[in-house]
Amino acid sequence: MTDSLWLIPLFPLAGAAINGLAGRRLPKSAISIIACGASGLSFIVALLSFFDLLKLAPEQRQVLKFCFTWIASGDFVATVEFLLDPLSAIMILVVTGVGFIIHLYSIGYMHAEDGYYRFFSYLNLFLFSMLILVMASNFLLMFVGWEGVGLCSYLLIGYYFDRRSAGDAGKKAFIVNRIGDIGFVLGIFLIFMTFHSMNFGDVFRQIAEGAVRFPLEASAGILTAISLLLFVGATGKSAQIPLYVWLPDAMEGPTPVSALIHAATMVTAGVYMVVRCSPIFSRAPLTLNVVMIIGILTALMAATIGLVQRDIKRVLAYSTVSQLGYMFVAAGVGAFSASIFHLMTHAFFKALLFLGAGSVIHAMGGEQDLMRMGGLRKHTPITFWTMLIAALAISGIFPLAGFFSKDEILWSAWSRGHQVVWIAAFVTAGLTAFYMFRLIFLAFCGSARHSAETSRHVHESPASMTGPLVVLGILSIVGGFVGLPAWLGANRFFHFLEPSLALARHPEAEEFSHSAELVFAALSIAVALIGIYFAYRLYIRRPDAAAALAQRWSSIHRLLFRKYYVDELYDAAIVNPTLRFSTSILWKRADAGVIDGAVNGTGKAVQGLASILRNVQNGLIRSYAAWILLGVVAMLLYFYFFRGIA
Amino acid sequence: MELSHYLILSMLLFLVGAVGFIIKKNIISVFLCLELMLNAVNLSFVAFARHLDQVHGQIFVFLVMVVAAAEAAVGLAITIVLFRNRNTLNIDDADSMKG
Repeated sequence: MTDSLWLIPLFPLAGAAINGLAGRRLPKSAISIIACGASGLSFIVALLSFFDLLKLAPEQRQVLKFCFTWIASGDFVATVEFLLDPLSAIMILVVTGVGFIIHLYSIGYMHAEDGYYRFFSYLNLFLFSMLILVMASNFLLMFVGWEGVGLCSYLLIGYYFDRRSAGDAGKKAFIVNRIGDIGFVLGIFLIFMTFHSMNFGDVFRQIAEGAVRFPLEASAGILTAISLLLFVGATGKSAQIPLYVWLPDAMEGPTPVSALIHAATMVTAGVYMVVRCSPIFSRAPLTLNVVMIIGILTALMAATIGLVQRDIKRVLAYSTVSQLGYMFVAAGVGAFSASIFHLMTHAFFKALLFLGAGSVIHAMGGEQDLMRMGGLRKHTPITFWTMLIAALAISGIFPLAGFFSKDEILWSAWSRGHQVVWIAAFVTAGLTAFYMFRLIFLAFCGSARHSAETSRHVHESPASMTGPLVVLGILSIVGGFVGLPAWLGANRFFHFLEPSLALARHPEAEEFSHSAELVFAALSIAVALIGIYFAYRLYIRRPDAAAALAQRWSSIHRLLFRKYYVDELYDAAIVNPTLRFSTSILWKRADAGVIDGAVNGTGKAVQGLASILRNVQNGLIRSYAAWILLGVVAMLLYFYFFRGIA
Repeated sequence: MELSHYLILSMLLFLVGAVGFIIKKNIISVFLCLELMLNAVNLSFVAFARHLDQVHGQIFVFLVMVVAAAEAAVGLAITIVLFRNRNTLNIDDADSMKG
């Protein structure tokens, strides 16, 4: 099936086109079949291609499928060429697999919404763009996908466009991403200027082999510049400090969108890009440190904000930002495969958490405030149990998926000599367990805090919604076993990814005994259990203790609840000055004054001149004749006196 | 009879036609003045042809006469249509192209 790689993005594109152009006249069942069929077929082709890839010898696992030359101008050539190697295969499977599951879920979740066809058309278009992003074999094509997913994200955040907050959130996401994209584009320019190529293969081979042309010391400058610019793009897309502010607001979109785009796939594009460019990043020690520091700061900061948020989706949004920070920490310490591993397991359990939250919101008739939930366990048992699995997985409890990937990251940080980072990540792991179980306890346990009317309405979601929950729940349980750490057997995930990371520079890792690894694994489980215990104490045993604690530390609580006032800071420092400048100078002076003035002035001048000339055109034939006669006489006189014709 | 006599007569006829064209309001009179100017020119053509002993001028006269006949046909048709639509022969009333 590797010859038919182009089919993988083609199916969603066709689905988007059919639903987008004709969806208005199609019944909902037809729209659902087209959209889910497109993503399902795409997933099947991806699976078959993946198995074909497995048949190849490990060092040959890189299939390039040329489609057509897109731009050819001088020595600048951009092709549409798809790349299937272990890294992109994992991404394709995650994107199409989780995408397909979320498409199925959306049938149930969106059944009563207006613009049903619009939603599925955008969702398919997103899958197409995301697949272009992960399958691209050169930077330019990757950028096409990169922008495509940004566009779809904007469209889907603003899906409820009649709500002002949704429109604003869409704009915020779009603009913040543009800021990051500037860095990405500049990085691509610099790559082309330096290597005269856009192809991943060409560029990375030049870096890896051209030791003479690019000795580590001499090339560090240019490689650092390139990787820093690329990382700016990654901070925008993957919601890292300082560009993370758009992701929590993006929760204005429908919940399946939050699950697919803003948790499982699109926001991980930055991580994927960093890992894909590992040959560049691994040779720029400065950038790696920046990546690591930004990652750990984001992880810690977002986790603390997540502790006190009341909106169920916002808790999950900050959790996503925090976990993305984790992935960047892994990339920053050079453990690229751990980063992708966590990306994959995170896609399973975070998509599950969001879909579960969607099921809760659905059951509650649109209520998102955790403080008005409670006692949902007996009403929505499937949602409760699947979300509990996901919460255990993200907390890092053995043997669920999150344990292996998170432990791998923590262990990489420690074993590569970043003890401070390890401590911060360790604390974050405890905070993660706390806020996840705070969410579970507040939503599902204790007494119901909602109105009696809502209580009558509460019900378990239909099978089309609980089915995906169960599938993702199973994946959250077993997903980690592909990457068993060395002390439990061979790390197959790591070895599978190895060919894709072969060109990266691998630092010498210190040798530690397996028993040390075991101790650290036990520690990370312990901190998760402590976090869960605190959540249990505060929200189950003594439900009023949390409020008392918030009262006692009210200033800290307010600081966290208001998200460190970062939005207010950005508003005051950047947004409002820009708005004021645009209003007073650009709009009222430059646009209304200069440009409109020039256009209107030209019109006025022509009108004035015409009002004089129109007197000639008075409609009287006799006056026209008189003018002709005068003209003839004038010409005759001219010739007689000046040209000497007599 | 010298050439100049013919030319002076031609000029006088042309002036009568031109002035009449400008000052007359009745569309029929305007047409008559137009014909008068054409024929004044014809007269000078014939005079020159005779004077220079060349046939060119006489050929031009035929051309002018043909054009004048065509123009008269079209012009009278316009006059009739104008009268039917506007019920007037006053040329100043046909000023709907005023700027």
